[in-house]
Amino acid sequence: MSMTRHAEPAVATPPAPGPKETDGRTSERPLALRLLARPEVGVFLGAAAVYVFFLIAAPPVRDGGSMATILYQSSTIGIMALPVALLMIGGEFDLSAGVAVITSALTASMLSYQLTLNVWVGVIAALIVSLAVGFFNGWMVVKTGLPSFLVTLGTFLILQGANLAVTKLVTTNVATDDISNMDGFDQARKIFASSFDIGGVQVKITVFYWLVFAALATWVLLRTRYGNWIFAVGGNKDSARAVGVPVTFTKISLFMLVGVGAWFVGMHQLFTFNTVQSGEGVGQELIYIAAAVIGGCLLTGGYGSAIGPVFGAFMFGMVNQGIVFAGWNPDWFKAFLGVMLLGAVLINLWVRQSATRR
Amino acid sequence: MDRSSHRRSRRLVPVVAVAAAAALTLAGCSSSSGGKKSEESSGANASAGKATTPRMTVALVTHQSPGDTFWDIVRKGAEAAAAKDNIKLVYSADPNAGNQANLVQNAIDQKVDGIAVTLAKPDAMKDVVAKAKSANIPVVGLNSGLSDWKKLGLLEFFGQDETVAGEAFGKKLNDVGAKHTVCVIQEQGNVGLTQRCDGVKKTFSGKTDVLYVNGTDMPSVKSTITAKLKQDSSIDYVTALGAPYALTAVQSVSDAGSKAKVATFDLNKDLTTAINKGTIQFAVDQQPYLQGYLAIDSLWLYKNNGNYSGGGEQPVLTGPAFVDKSNVEQIAKYAANGTR
Repeated sequence: MSMTRHAEPAVATPPAPGPKETDGRTSERPLALRLLARPEVGVFLGAAAVYVFFLIAAPPVRDGGSMATILYQSSTIGIMALPVALLMIGGEFDLSAGVAVITSALTASMLSYQLTLNVWVGVIAALIVSLAVGFFNGWMVVKTGLPSFLVTLGTFLILQGANLAVTKLVTTNVATDDISNMDGFDQARKIFASSFDIGGVQVKITVFYWLVFAALATWVLLRTRYGNWIFAVGGNKDSARAVGVPVTFTKISLFMLVGVGAWFVGMHQLFTFNTVQSGEGVGQELIYIAAAVIGGCLLTGGYGSAIGPVFGAFMFGMVNQGIVFAGWNPDWFKAFLGVMLLGAVLINLWVRQSATRR
Repeated sequence: MDRSSHRRSRRLVPVVAVAAAAALTLAGCSSSSGGKKSEESSGANASAGKATTPRMTVALVTHQSPGDTFWDIVRKGAEAAAAKDNIKLVYSADPNAGNQANLVQNAIDQKVDGIAVTLAKPDAMKDVVAKAKSANIPVVGLNSGLSDWKKLGLLEFFGQDETVAGEAFGKKLNDVGAKHTVCVIQEQGNVGLTQRCDGVKKTFSGKTDVLYVNGTDMPSVKSTITAKLKQDSSIDYVTALGAPYALTAVQSVSDAGSKAKVATFDLNKDLTTAINKGTIQFAVDQQPYLQGYLAIDSLWLYKNNGNYSGGGEQPVLTGPAFVDKSNVEQIAKYAANGTR
C-alpha cells in the first residue's frame, strides 16, 4: 500500500530515520499514523475504552483480585485465539477448535482412568490425538481444495458426536470419572492449572502462558521465515507457491498448531475441574474466531497480528465479567455483550480506516 | 510413483517405532491410586428378572441437549424398565421444540405401542399428542409439563414441579440461616431453570440474585461466579441448578475468597462425594432415574393390565427429595453407578 505513496510534503521525520528504518518507504508517514495502521492498535484502543468504562461503571473491577478473574477468563479464550488467529492470517478457519478442546481433555481423562495409568500418559496421548485432528483438517483442506469452513464444519460435527458417543461407550456416563487421586495428577495440575501469588493477588498460571505464547507467536510472525510464509499463504496461495513458499506444509502445520492450543486448554480444563463433561465446548470456536477478528485479523487472511487477539480476548473477558461486576440486570446480559463487542469492533474499524486513509 | 511409495514406507518406520515405544511406556506407567482398577474392586450392578409378556415397542422422546448428565440418568431408568418389561425402547431427543414434535410424529409413523414424552414447550407438542391419541397410542408425560399434561390429554405424568422444588429449596435456605443467595442459571431462557429460581425467590426470606453463565464453557462459568461473589460480598449461599456447575461454584468460592456455601439442584457421582466431604451443603434430587423408569413401566402396566397412576387426575411426583450429609451415604453407591 505505502509503496505507491511518494514523499508526502508535510511529514515530519525527514532525512534521519530511526535506526531500524533503512528502507526509506516506511519513513514517509508520521509515526503516530504508522502506529495507528497496525492491526492491533484499533483493538487496543477498544479494549482500553472498555476497561476505562468498567473502571467507572463497576467499582469492584478496581480490585486486583477482580482483574485476576478477568484475566483468567481472557486467558482461556486468548490461548486458543492465538493459533486460531495465525491460522486465519494463513487464510483458513477452524470451526472444530471449540470441541477439539473437549476431545483432548476427554482423551487424557478416559485413557488414564480406564487403564489406570499415570495421568501423564493420558496427557501425551491427548497431544497426539489433538495433533492428528489438526493434521487431518489441514490435510483435507490442502488436498481437496475445499473451503476450510466446510472441512472443519465436518470435523466439528464428527468430534461433537464422537465426544459424546465414545464417552458414553467407555464410561457409560456422559462425563468422565474423577482422576484427581491418580498418580501424576498433582504434578500435572501444577503445570496446567496452578496459580501464583503476585502482591497478594492469586493469578492463574494460564495468564502467564497466554502472554508467553503471545510473545512467541509475535516473534514467529514478525521475525522468522515461517512467519513470512503464514502471511504469504494467507495473502495469495498461488503466488506464494510460485516464489517457493511451502504452502502445504505451512497450512497443515497451522492447523496442527490449533490442535496444540486445543490440547493445552483441554489439559487446563481437565486439571482444574478433575472431570470433563462431554457436551461442552460447542460454540467456543466462534468466540475464538471473534477474538481474532476483533483483534484485527482479516476474515479473508493475509493480514493480522498475534498481539491483536490478546486484546481481543481481553476485551471479551472484560465485557463478560464487567457486566457481572457492574451488577446489571442479567436478563440483558447477552444483549449488553453484543452491543459492547460491536461497539469495540466499530472503534477498531474506524481507527484503522482513518489511519490508513489519513 | 516408485519414489512416493518408497517415501511412504520410510515414513511408516517412525510411526511403528512410536507405537512400540508407547506400548512399552504404557506398561510401566500405571497409576497406583484411583482409576478404573479401584472402581472395579468396589461393587457391581444389580440386575432383575424379565417379564414374559409379548414384546412391545415404546418411544421415549425428550428435549435433552446432547451430553447432559441428567438426561443420561433418565434414559438409564427407562432402559432398566424396558429390559425388565420385555420392551424395545426407542430413544430420541432434540432440544428444539419443533424438532422434538417431529420425533414424536416419527414414533407415531413407526406405530409404537406407547409414547413417553417431555413437555418442555407444551404448545409445540399439542398437535402431535392429539395425533398419537387418534392413532390409539397411549401417551404419558415425564419431567416437564406438570401444568399442561392433563390439558393435552396425557394418560399420566411423572415428574417434579420445578416451582415446588424451588420453593422447597428456598425454605431449606431459610432453615440453614442463609441471608443472600445467587441463583446460577446455566442456560438463559430455559423455562424449568427459571422456575426453580423463581420458586427459590418466592419462599426464601433473604435476597435472591440471578446470574446467567455460559454452561458450555466451564472456565467461563467459574470466573463469572467468582466475579459475582466479588461484586457482592454479602452473598452467603450459591444456588446451582446442576451438579457440574455446583462443583465448579465451589472453586469459584475459594477463588473469590468468599465464605459462601454451595447448594444445588440435581445430583451426580462427584456431587455425592462433595456432600460427604462437606464442600457442598445439600442437593435437591428429582430422581431422574425414577422418572424414566416409571414412564416406561407405566406404559407396560397400561398395555397389560389397564392401570394408570394418579387416576388420570394427579401427577406422580418424583421430587423434591433432599440429599445432605445425613443421608448421602446410602445414595452415594447408586450415584457411583450413574443411576442417581
